[in-house]
Amino acid sequence: MEIPYTIQIRPDTGLYNAKLGIWLFLASEVMLFGGLFSAYILLRVGAEPGMWPHGWLNVTLGTVNTLLLALSAITTLLAWAACKVRDFRKFKIFHACTILLALTFLGIKSYEYHDKLIHYEVQLTNGKFADGHLIEKSADFDLAKKTGTVTLHGRIVEDEKDLMDLRATPAEKPAEITVAAADIKKMENYGPKHNTFTAIYFTLTGLHALHILGGTIVIFYFWAFGGAMWKSDPERFTNRIEVSGLFWHFVDLVWIFLFPVLYLT
Amino acid sequence: METFVQQFPPFREAAAPHGHDDHGHHEHHEPGFWSKYIFSTDHKVIGIQYGFVALCFMQFGFCLMMLMRWQIAHPGMPVPLIGHWLEKILGQPAAGGAISPDLYNSFGAMHGTIMVFLGVVPLAFAAFGNYVVPLMIGAPDMCFPRVNMASFHAFFLGGVVMLVSFFIPGGAAQAGWTSYSPLATTIPTNGQAFWLVGMVLLITSSLLGAVNFIATIIQLRAPGMTWMRMPFFVWAQFVTAFILLLAFPPLEAAGVLQLMDNVAHTSFFLPTGLAIGGQLADRSGGGSPLLWQHLFWFLGHPEVYVLILPAMGIVGEVIANNTRKPLWGYKSLVYSVLFVGFLSFIVWAHHMYMTGMGQKIATFFQTTTMIISIPSVIILTCMFLSLWGGSIRINTPMLFALGFLPMFGIGGLTGLPLGLAASDLYLHDTYYIIAHFHYVVAPGTIFALFAGVYFWFPKMTGRRMNEFWGRVHFWCSFTFMNIVFMPMFAQGIKGMLRRMSDGAVNYSAARVPNAIDALPGTVMELNTWILWAAIALGIAQIPFIINLFWSIGHGEKVNSDNPWGATTLDWQTPTPPPHGNFAHEPIVVRGPYEYSAPGHATDFTPQDEPESSAAPIIPGTHH
Repeated sequence: MEIPYTIQIRPDTGLYNAKLGIWLFLASEVMLFGGLFSAYILLRVGAEPGMWPHGWLNVTLGTVNTLLLALSAITTLLAWAACKVRDFRKFKIFHACTILLALTFLGIKSYEYHDKLIHYEVQLTNGKFADGHLIEKSADFDLAKKTGTVTLHGRIVEDEKDLMDLRATPAEKPAEITVAAADIKKMENYGPKHNTFTAIYFTLTGLHALHILGGTIVIFYFWAFGGAMWKSDPERFTNRIEVSGLFWHFVDLVWIFLFPVLYLT
Repeated sequence: METFVQQFPPFREAAAPHGHDDHGHHEHHEPGFWSKYIFSTDHKVIGIQYGFVALCFMQFGFCLMMLMRWQIAHPGMPVPLIGHWLEKILGQPAAGGAISPDLYNSFGAMHGTIMVFLGVVPLAFAAFGNYVVPLMIGAPDMCFPRVNMASFHAFFLGGVVMLVSFFIPGGAAQAGWTSYSPLATTIPTNGQAFWLVGMVLLITSSLLGAVNFIATIIQLRAPGMTWMRMPFFVWAQFVTAFILLLAFPPLEAAGVLQLMDNVAHTSFFLPTGLAIGGQLADRSGGGSPLLWQHLFWFLGHPEVYVLILPAMGIVGEVIANNTRKPLWGYKSLVYSVLFVGFLSFIVWAHHMYMTGMGQKIATFFQTTTMIISIPSVIILTCMFLSLWGGSIRINTPMLFALGFLPMFGIGGLTGLPLGLAASDLYLHDTYYIIAHFHYVVAPGTIFALFAGVYFWFPKMTGRRMNEFWGRVHFWCSFTFMNIVFMPMFAQGIKGMLRRMSDGAVNYSAARVPNAIDALPGTVMELNTWILWAAIALGIAQIPFIINLFWSIGHGEKVNSDNPWGATTLDWQTPTPPPHGNFAHEPIVVRGPYEYSAPGHATDFTPQDEPESSAAPIIPGTHH
């Protein structure tokens, strides 16, 4: 038994099966991210005035990541074009670039996550807020027992609202602050549970990063183990590169929306 | 020597006009048990896998319901016969063999989840769709057989996760099948996290299935199978697949967000200042409970049509076949089903009139809700009109299909007061709504599914199910189904709320005689009636279960590949269809319901039967 139109296109639809399949899959992905972006809009519109963070993310790193993905879209297209003209060597080169670019993207993303996870907001018993990146905790630091101290690289503000908008440079320079555990009411890093913004930031970019990871694995699989199929059935292999490329372009496109929504507004 | 050869069953392919040459690449070695039944990529085996597992889950969901009905009729009393076992298996929540309120909540949530996501959808969409759709369009298999297998395995895994959640400390999810936040997050057990992981697997499964169905219907139609020659069942499955493809992902998004709330302690759906047990919750707040409801019902309402459209498709096939005349208004049916599919995406907030989302939004959604009733009525009317003037053959599938019509009618019409905001405010969250949607899904959809099982059983096995016991099954189910659900309308109108583990006894006139609108004794008595009717309904399924398994080996053998005299391609295959389905590629030359064509020798003309002229004319083919 053979299933028709796995490689050749069906004349009245102009598609081979997998190409239709990936477009349908992408339609559902649009609805998935559509649901998440709607959630973002509703949460942001419903936020208390002055409590939606601005400028919390590093725009430079975001821009670099955007350019990396844009470049990877080009190399993906070129890899497919190389398959079309039956040039396997060029395909190897271009998709090697795609994989490297994707891994760099993930590396930068992990650095950004790490930066958020070592960033602490400390609510003090005197009503002020210490905020900054963790330098060190003293050996006997224990919040429950109220012993020891914690040292942050950052600043102290009067009101939590002063931490919300970081688009302009703060007046005072960040400095080393050491706080005693006894003076701490609550200490929390900028992880997902910190507030609605970090929650949606981690969830959206996390899901996107999973998509990047999945796409990279698939592309790597074709790149490393595709030689046999290239020899036996180059057309089918080219189709595979096209379909995985379509997925890759979609994932890039999601980032094109994520970047302004999270970094620039 | 000759007699020795004849002992082997003849190869169906060998009897085909083109002989073995077409099948030179056929593998003739017999696959082992695992690759044949567990890791099969054959759409028919996957369809049967789905069907079997879904029927088991439906049985399980039904048992949960019987336990709940016991608790409602006799709150706090130990469950007879199996109470002891319940305590042994589930421990503390079933202490003394009685169902605690927490356990009742678990059963309620899981009854809904299992029936919808693990019972009816897999049976209606995945099982029948997998088995029948490729046959009906003349395809050798689904577009992506391995994706099809993955879809079943994801479904199975999701079901396992749901079942396992009964045995974790604190038991399964308790926040209802709708899992409203903040309740779903603040219940201090892990049941909800299991529910969410299970749901993500089930959503993955239905996504893979939906992509596969749509691609198959678009790409693998046989030559001559134009869009308007597709059987109505295929249209229904096509629209259903689109609904699943596009409506499920927002619930997946919501599920991921709620999982973050439950596991990573975010506050997507938790408002600022949320107090739990009198204490301010240690949460950042800033989330929106309404957001969950929007995302949930954006799936939840289209899901209703996922439940009902395949059922309508089955009923359409059975009615056309047993009235021996074309389905009345085929084009109206097709356009109505498309319109329902489209509109089902913009009616979701009629589940949320009570949330305070605003009158203007409510007005919009009640308008769209009233509009969507029009195509549904067209579909039902076409089915009724199809009966007009037909020489109707009464058999078990036809009985169930005929039972579907008035039952779905009752379910649909009682939905109108719920679609209008003013009357919904009164009826919301009462037993009225339980009765309403069960009429749509239980005597509606499930009857259609029974019709489908009895109808396609001869194609799957080569044997018929027993007719007498089939009729017993139908008449008993029909009677007891109505005794179960009809009284709930009355209870709901009298003000009895759903989701109460005490069966509303604390709101009864006997308990609070001076309260205004306390539930009178007659309403409370109905609980006992419903319990006994539910038990009788359970007993009425025993003939079906025995009939189903007994007939596989002992049923009356069919004397042809097309025992019902049907026109659609699924009956023009060998019985049961081999891997690859057709003995030769079918070429479709006419519409799906050419019954009783004047001047034709038989009262049915199969879609692929060549025109009587010498050379077959194949109009509209794009091969």
